[in-house]
Amino acid sequence: MKAFNYHSASSVKEATKLASSNSAYLSGGMTMIPSMKMRLANYKDVIDVKKIKDLHGIKVTSKSVVIGAATKHADVANSKEVQKAIPSLSSLASRIGDAQVRNRGTLGGSIANNDPTACYPSACLALNAIIHTSDRKIEAEKFFKGMFETALKKGELITAVEFQIPEKSHYFKFPNPASRYAMVGVYVAKHKSGVHVAITGAQSVVYREKNMEKALNDNFSASALNGISIDTSELNSDIHASAEYRASLILSSAKKAVEHCK
Amino acid sequence: MIGSKVERTEDKKFITGKGRYTADITLHGQSYAFFIRSPHARAKIKKVDIAKALKAPGVVSILTGEDIVKDKIGGLIAGWKIVSKDGTDMKLPAHPPLAHEQVNYVGDHVAVVIAESLEEAKNAAELVTVDYKVLKAVVNTADAMNSENIYDGIDKNLCFDWELGDKAKTDEAFSKADQIVEIKLTNNRLVPNAMEPRASIGDYNSSSDQLTLYTTSQNPHLTRLVISAFNGVHPEHKFRVVAPDVGGGFGSKIYPYAEDVVVAWAAKKIGRPVKWVCERTDSFLSDCHGRDHVTHAKLAVQKDGKVTGLHVDTIANLGGYGSLFATVTPTYLYAPLILGLYDIPTAYCNVKAVFTNTAPVDAYRGAGRPEATYLIERIMDQAARELGMDRAEFRKKNFITKFPHQQCLVHNIDSGDYNAHFNKALELADYKGFAKRKAESAAKGKLRGIGFSTYIEACGIAPSSVVMSIGAGVGLWESAEVRFNATGNISVFTGAHSHGQGHATTFAQIVSDKLGVPMENIDLVHGDTDKGPFGMGTYGSRSLAVGGSAITKACDKIIEKGKKVAAHMLEANPDEIEFKDGEFIVPNSNKKKTIGEIAFACYLPGTYGEIKSPLPEGVEPGLKETAFYDPINFSFPAGSHICEVEVDPDTGETKVVTYSCVDDFGNLINPMIVEGQVHGGLAQGIGQALYENAHYDETGQLVTASYMDYTMPRADNFPEFRIEYTCTPATSNPLGVKGCGEAGAIASPPCVMNAVIDAIGTDVSMPATSEKVWSALKNKTNSEKKVA
Amino acid sequence: MKEVTLEVNGKKVTKQIQDHTLLSTFVRDQLNLTGTHIGCDTSQCGACVVHVDGKSVKSCTLLVADIDGSKVTTIEGLSQNGELHPMQAAFKKHHGLQCGYCTPGMIMSSVDLLQNKKNPSDEEIREWLEGNICRCTGYQNIVAAVKEAAKNS
Repeated sequence: MKAFNYHSASSVKEATKLASSNSAYLSGGMTMIPSMKMRLANYKDVIDVKKIKDLHGIKVTSKSVVIGAATKHADVANSKEVQKAIPSLSSLASRIGDAQVRNRGTLGGSIANNDPTACYPSACLALNAIIHTSDRKIEAEKFFKGMFETALKKGELITAVEFQIPEKSHYFKFPNPASRYAMVGVYVAKHKSGVHVAITGAQSVVYREKNMEKALNDNFSASALNGISIDTSELNSDIHASAEYRASLILSSAKKAVEHCK
Repeated sequence: MIGSKVERTEDKKFITGKGRYTADITLHGQSYAFFIRSPHARAKIKKVDIAKALKAPGVVSILTGEDIVKDKIGGLIAGWKIVSKDGTDMKLPAHPPLAHEQVNYVGDHVAVVIAESLEEAKNAAELVTVDYKVLKAVVNTADAMNSENIYDGIDKNLCFDWELGDKAKTDEAFSKADQIVEIKLTNNRLVPNAMEPRASIGDYNSSSDQLTLYTTSQNPHLTRLVISAFNGVHPEHKFRVVAPDVGGGFGSKIYPYAEDVVVAWAAKKIGRPVKWVCERTDSFLSDCHGRDHVTHAKLAVQKDGKVTGLHVDTIANLGGYGSLFATVTPTYLYAPLILGLYDIPTAYCNVKAVFTNTAPVDAYRGAGRPEATYLIERIMDQAARELGMDRAEFRKKNFITKFPHQQCLVHNIDSGDYNAHFNKALELADYKGFAKRKAESAAKGKLRGIGFSTYIEACGIAPSSVVMSIGAGVGLWESAEVRFNATGNISVFTGAHSHGQGHATTFAQIVSDKLGVPMENIDLVHGDTDKGPFGMGTYGSRSLAVGGSAITKACDKIIEKGKKVAAHMLEANPDEIEFKDGEFIVPNSNKKKTIGEIAFACYLPGTYGEIKSPLPEGVEPGLKETAFYDPINFSFPAGSHICEVEVDPDTGETKVVTYSCVDDFGNLINPMIVEGQVHGGLAQGIGQALYENAHYDETGQLVTASYMDYTMPRADNFPEFRIEYTCTPATSNPLGVKGCGEAGAIASPPCVMNAVIDAIGTDVSMPATSEKVWSALKNKTNSEKKVA
Repeated sequence: MKEVTLEVNGKKVTKQIQDHTLLSTFVRDQLNLTGTHIGCDTSQCGACVVHVDGKSVKSCTLLVADIDGSKVTTIEGLSQNGELHPMQAAFKKHHGLQCGYCTPGMIMSSVDLLQNKKNPSDEEIREWLEGNICRCTGYQNIVAAVKEAAKNS
């Protein structure tokens, strides 16, 4: 790892003030530190945001669950309130990485990194999330731009994510056998306004499968997905799964997600 | 103690964090090495520019291939000469420790940067510019012979074209066969992945001219021999190699690597300790890989199910260079074993070993024997299916039943009872209940299959005269020294090396029983060329059969001397002295001496006040004996494994749901340790069958160069293994042991694959990843539709 | 450079560190606690697992600067007053280790499992150990050891 200056910010204001063109925010560090170790990423300043009080905490209302950006996966997984309000979300968090990763990794870090195989971005799309930042509120639909690319501007810091509580939902992950990241992850959420089907791991960025949503809006059952053809042209193809195989996994995972919705 | 589940004496240091691995050693004034590796699979080196890097902060030295040439440092060697069927010697490229003119795989060593800190070494390495002329890489095993020559003078990239067996007789068997069964197989390339990455520290004292190398080796004496005699770094008598605690090897740490040579040489050159610790990604690139065969095999079968002949053509990928045991692995460790434990009257095997622009391939757990077992067990399954016979019955029909049995290829198998372990395995696996379990799986929407695998290994490697007559550059005996200390406790020195096998416990159990001394008074010393006698290290399930036998022999010599001393002290005739439970006894009398008293007498020979311990005339003081044991034959562990898998037809996801095995390892010294060895072997073998694959893309980049892409089996990938044994003691060594370290990795890949194929009803190659299984099922459905 | 104060294995230590020092490097190089091992560079093998403020973490993916003031327990700090921790004793009893390289991380992770779940099933143990790779044991005896420790603690 190349040398850098470590700063621990105590407020959002302090953090954004420290930010520069050659800085990065550090939250759990579960992706950032390995990247720096392998010298794939180097920064002059690393600004730790974990000690900012405003970035912590879980607030549940009748409509939404707001989770502070620096909340660890383990805390989301173990939160009785989240388990009650959106069980699929706590369950998703309980299967990110491994126990040690969940003890460090955070919601904000995961979303800001926007790894195409990460789990949380699918939750954001499926649960109509609003990303709260140091500057503004961004709808999830407009947040995830491309591979490792988000709507965040330089120095903008995620402070919390507000998830809309669905009527029912489930996240099904088919893990990559090596990394255990999602080879395909399908998040199905049934809202009053309609069904969201968000898919991660399959394309360069998380996306909503509109054909499935349409079918499920008409008939919310796994059988409604029979015969849905999935366009493979945009799907990832790598040594672990061809586009064609991913398409098949999307379908089988979506069915399982629908079957397990609660 | 022999036969007891004794808790391991070595464990306490490991569970309390007090193990001492190479990377844990810090020497005063040490510098840090970082290797610059080739990013290309095949390229000419036009220029290495180190000028800028030399000025970087903290840099001590930068060495390149030119320095290797200047200092006349020799290349790495292949230690086993194979002669092609046309009588010509195998062809090998030069393998300099730092590439001089050409790089031959991604990860090949180009230069080493030595600095005050690892970080500074890495920073400086970024300033080294290497000008390459990139050439087209040869990657694929099957195509290597039809590709451009990588090396001048090595036509078709062919190292050797070797054969074993009687071709004419085998051809005749096929011409008379009722049925010929054919199979094409790929034995996937694996990365050994010992959890401790390789590491080396060189330390040179210019005043005493003493060079020390601490390294992660399974075989420190061999490392010293090679670096001294072939690389010419330092004379053997002034060179000490220490392999302290080593975190797993599985074959990948048997031989010295380029980094060992360079670190030793660099330490001498710069006059400071040089420490190098491999990072995992570099391990993936530069540790020797395993397996990588492409095979076409044919089996001649009679209508009644009797196998009459076997014909095998294999292409074995050696990677970019010929590594130390690379050439014996796909020949003598492979071809003689293709017969499995079946009575096959004739066989022929042709092996073409090819160079490609990939990491060198060498011995990995099982080395040759897993490839042989995979082939015979897959084709036996295929034959049973084609003949419409029960796969279990078909196997039994062809088992060798009389021992000793001279096989048609090489081995003379001294002992075994194959029906015994096979029948026991059928019971253990509840073969009779399979149909019911299959129906239960089907009710859950899952496809269930059952797979069989039987195997035989040639272990206890190996009789020196035999192996040297077929090309080995060294004898494969083992050494031991059993040294009584004056106070009655014992230091045992072995040339074998423990890196997880628990020798400190198992060997002490043997000595404890032989000499009647409690385990806590016995300590094992290994892994240091300055301490123990020259030894041949640990691999090929040899440590107990060969090293343990050397210890046994040394103990016998101790007893023999003890009898002379005891007889003198007890005023009896040495011939009448009996030794039992640590006591020398004159029968029919109350006269006896404990072995501790004898040891004391040997070290304090004479009379001094209370001490009265005269030695007989002509007997030297001291009580320590050295023995070298050269086995009279290989040992032949064998066994039967049965597993069941469940496949999710929607996703192709395959899980091993039950795994039962019955092995015949001869006598067991410590069944707890044996069981652990079987577990570990199974995990690696199941890993090969379902998960692991070293994948190079067409340009020779290793795509699976980290745990993000190379599927290392985790705890949740396995069921609980059921393990039992049968026992027919080996006759080739005094302990009657056969070896157990590799069995699991040898038997399990075909066992799992036969189960997968049974479940899905169509062929699939290793590793049977979820996508491959899914795709095989889809193709099967499509072709069935077409037929319909 | 920064000064940090940590409580490591019950002892207070104050050291100067570079800002980018990893906890694994710190305990190994600055405190000579070499029981914490490095087995990969992608945070997956788990050989480096230690406890920070009572929870298991991968020390190779953690800056020391980030945990100033915390309590750290490494494998060396697990046994108390010369008595093996029940998890250590169980690993020995059940032959839950061979080469010993993954063992410290495996033990530290397993101890944390029992903090989270008193009597885990085989399946739960195997799932929890997802972040710890062992190449020697095939995991079976590790699972047996964790169950034994659960019984004894």
